[in-house]
Amino acid sequence: MINFSILINYWDMFLEGFQNTLIASMIALLGSFVLGTIIAVFRIAPFRPLNWVGAAYVEFIRNIPLLLIVFVFFYGFKFGGFTAGTLGLIIYTAAFIAEAIRAGILSIPKGQTEAARSSGLTYIQTMRYVILPQAIKVVIPPLGNQSLNLVKNSSILGVVAGLDLMYYADLVSLHTYVVFSVYIIVALFYLAITIPLSFLVEYLERRLTTSY
Amino acid sequence: MKKLIFSLISLTMIFVLAACGGGNEEEANGESGLDAIKERDKLIVGVKYDTKLFGLQDPSTKEVEGFDIDIAKEIAKEILGDESKIELKEVTSKTRIPMLNNGEIDAIIATMTITEERKKEVNFSDVYFNAGQSLLVKKGSPIKSIDDVGADTTVLAVKGSTSSINIREKAPDATLLEFENYQEAFLALKAGQGDTLTTDNAILYGMAQQDNNYEVVGDTFTDEPYGIAIKKGNDDLTEAINEVLNKLKESGKYDEIYEKWIGEKPKN
Repeated sequence: MINFSILINYWDMFLEGFQNTLIASMIALLGSFVLGTIIAVFRIAPFRPLNWVGAAYVEFIRNIPLLLIVFVFFYGFKFGGFTAGTLGLIIYTAAFIAEAIRAGILSIPKGQTEAARSSGLTYIQTMRYVILPQAIKVVIPPLGNQSLNLVKNSSILGVVAGLDLMYYADLVSLHTYVVFSVYIIVALFYLAITIPLSFLVEYLERRLTTSY
Repeated sequence: MKKLIFSLISLTMIFVLAACGGGNEEEANGESGLDAIKERDKLIVGVKYDTKLFGLQDPSTKEVEGFDIDIAKEIAKEILGDESKIELKEVTSKTRIPMLNNGEIDAIIATMTITEERKKEVNFSDVYFNAGQSLLVKKGSPIKSIDDVGADTTVLAVKGSTSSINIREKAPDATLLEFENYQEAFLALKAGQGDTLTTDNAILYGMAQQDNNYEVVGDTFTDEPYGIAIKKGNDDLTEAINEVLNKLKESGKYDEIYEKWIGEKPKN
């Protein structure tokens, strides 16, 4: 049913697409975790103006389509397709990651902060030794979700000629008129990234839960 | 005797009706032949309503305008003596040949490329517009024709279009970036994501008119001649239309219409 000869005949294109999707996903994962954590800190820091900046970022970014963010970088700031797509992914996913981290921190009862602070720990120390180690357990599953979404969302690169899997899949299917098989093959390539990522998330969840 | 004549008449009528229903080709000169058009004193033409420069309906006035429409009007003027003796019907690439064969329209003037395959189904007039693939560049670009497209050129095209296949053959060294549709490809050209955009010149001329910082350069490097389609076997009308086209070209009226819509004089 699935025509795998397409995969062999267009192997170079699929491979280049796969590599670019993988690279874009990895860069974007790293970037969005860093940016997301910064935004989350902004949102819960004991300093009002920072809270506002964080809230504005989250509300603005998560409420517009990823495609439009990528278009702004591609057509507006005139970055190349790959760069524009990866930057868009970072900025967009960071908003969701910030929310997940914030939710994890807020899930730790207030009494713990109060107890830590009254026992003489500074705000930073409270975070480092009391709140974050507990929060991370709560945060791992939603962060895993966001990571998987990010990998799949990287298909947005195909729209701005970012030379990713989806871009080459479109070209191959349009040139060969084989549609079903091409996209099934593409699905397998995405699974090759997302399934290991899924297992990694599960592993982290198990390890971090048992250590406390 | 009366009875015999009566039955003969009814018999012939049955045959005529049967002929109408079955053989389309025999009665091609019936409802949309030159005589029929003159009798009804109106030319019915199938045109596009959604194609820039060639046949586009103005949403506010409902008026359809374009190169194809002006050519149609000239034909009505020559054949019927008045350019307003014309009825336009909207066709799409899918509906135009069936509508012509049904006799709903007398002719198709709707950016239709003459191909061998289509010639089996319809009559074509002489070429009335030399369409083909060309290049759109920012004014002042070093690219003047397809020969200037080399290894350090980035060409923009639309995913899966024949233009993108053609450009790979004509300029295999160039980098090709393909987009979802023409608007996005043009936007990418404006954003400096590539050096030139390639597709049919008819579309490129439309873009050049949207933004006059851009121009179409070089000759077409593929041949997609547009012709007027007439019902198969309707040679009277085909000849009449060819005569009109010749007259238009000789009188300079054709160049006038061409310049009005395309924005420049016809090349060669």
